[in-house]
Amino acid sequence: MLLEAKQIGFRYERDRWVLRGVDISIQSGEIVGLVGPSGFGKSTLCRILAGYEKPYEGQVLLDGAPLPASGFHPVQLVFQHPEKAVNPRWRMSRTLAEGGALDESLLGQLGIQQEWLGRFPNELSGGELQRFCVARALNPQTRFLLADEMTAMLDTITQAQIWQVVKEVARRENLGVLVISHEKNLIHRLCTRVVDLTITNEKT
Amino acid sequence: MNRRQKTLITTVCAALLLIGVIASALLIGDEWIATNFEIKNEPPSLAHPFGTDWLGRDMLARTVKGLSVSIGVGVIAATASAVIALILGMLAATMGKAVDNAISWLIDLLLGVPHLVALILISFTLGGGLKGVVVGIALTHWPSLARVIRAEVMQLRSAEYVLISRKLGKSRWWIASRHILPHMIPQLLVGFVLLFPHAILHEASISFLGLGLSPHQPAIGIILSESMRYLTSGMWWLAFFPGISLLMIVRAFDILGENLRKLTDPHSAHQ
Repeated sequence: MLLEAKQIGFRYERDRWVLRGVDISIQSGEIVGLVGPSGFGKSTLCRILAGYEKPYEGQVLLDGAPLPASGFHPVQLVFQHPEKAVNPRWRMSRTLAEGGALDESLLGQLGIQQEWLGRFPNELSGGELQRFCVARALNPQTRFLLADEMTAMLDTITQAQIWQVVKEVARRENLGVLVISHEKNLIHRLCTRVVDLTITNEKT
Repeated sequence: MNRRQKTLITTVCAALLLIGVIASALLIGDEWIATNFEIKNEPPSLAHPFGTDWLGRDMLARTVKGLSVSIGVGVIAATASAVIALILGMLAATMGKAVDNAISWLIDLLLGVPHLVALILISFTLGGGLKGVVVGIALTHWPSLARVIRAEVMQLRSAEYVLISRKLGKSRWWIASRHILPHMIPQLLVGFVLLFPHAILHEASISFLGLGLSPHQPAIGIILSESMRYLTSGMWWLAFFPGISLLMIVRAFDILGENLRKLTDPHSAHQ
């Protein structure tokens, strides 16, 4: 499968383009890095690719067809702040089940302990919560995973553990992955290709 | 004993007080408030702890009966009001611009008219009595709560976990009932608790004006307004005990609502 964004233009306010003329494509099985300074629209591009925002110009295509408006979205985005991405009133098992059936072995690989499943989000740390968000996004129906600073707030060992799992699932399920990170080493170790938004983005 | 257990115990006590008042009002027959001119205008004593009135009726029995009528009116009217507020607030926030404008206009309209004027109009149109008062209070007290709920739903709709839920393929209805509605329950409880004393007091004032309940249904508002005439002759117990009882009931509701909100909030689960 091929996820491609063509000539994307986006702005939050009039005459202040965040993105202009951005092209990006991700092939299934590929791990692509997206780098650029703060405020260059990395997160916005991710939100557009995952269908959270509609671009003003250009279009996002999945195998040449537009993204589905309803139903399970094949492009899943993992946010930077896991505590906002889970319902504070739900126990974790319910949050996990929201996306549908999951591969049980995935929980063990991500280091999710059984007793965490019965807890509320405020009884878990940010790193523990983020594992749940990753597990939820790694649904069997997911074709592309976008990681927006997914492991920025985790310690190095946990980062390595989570990326190891994501990498393995991506290989097994033939997922395309887009990694946003300020960590040059992480991008260097993980990605087969790097896109630099300072070069691609033609905003004026 | 931890804080959660304390909260539970106070909640149960408040609930028991309310249930006790209603139950004893049901058990007290009409012979308890029969007129007896031999003992009229008696101050509080062991036989009549709340004293007797100008017709020799026992004030304790009258107060309990009056409280139960008031609680009934307050609960029904406040519940109906809270339900109207919930439905309209959710609709305004989820059904799009046109519905939102229509409901916001209705909220502004009703907030612009003083409560009591709208209440008198509705109650008078329906012919007064219990039905008129309950419908009148239910129809006039929802706008401020509806506004709070609308704002809350709008904020929640753009929460990340709700957006994620959409992308996980969940329908609007699924999200409204599983994510948004449970979040509204604390708001609704607090709103209900705030509405309850309003409802009782407005019931009392409209009864006082002669457009509400009839004097044969001795709600607490009627007892209080009747006692006004006798206060100047030094019969303080006619207003004092019913007034204090009304305050206690309102406070019991307050504690109940506040504690229910605490108990349903996962953030205080370990306190």
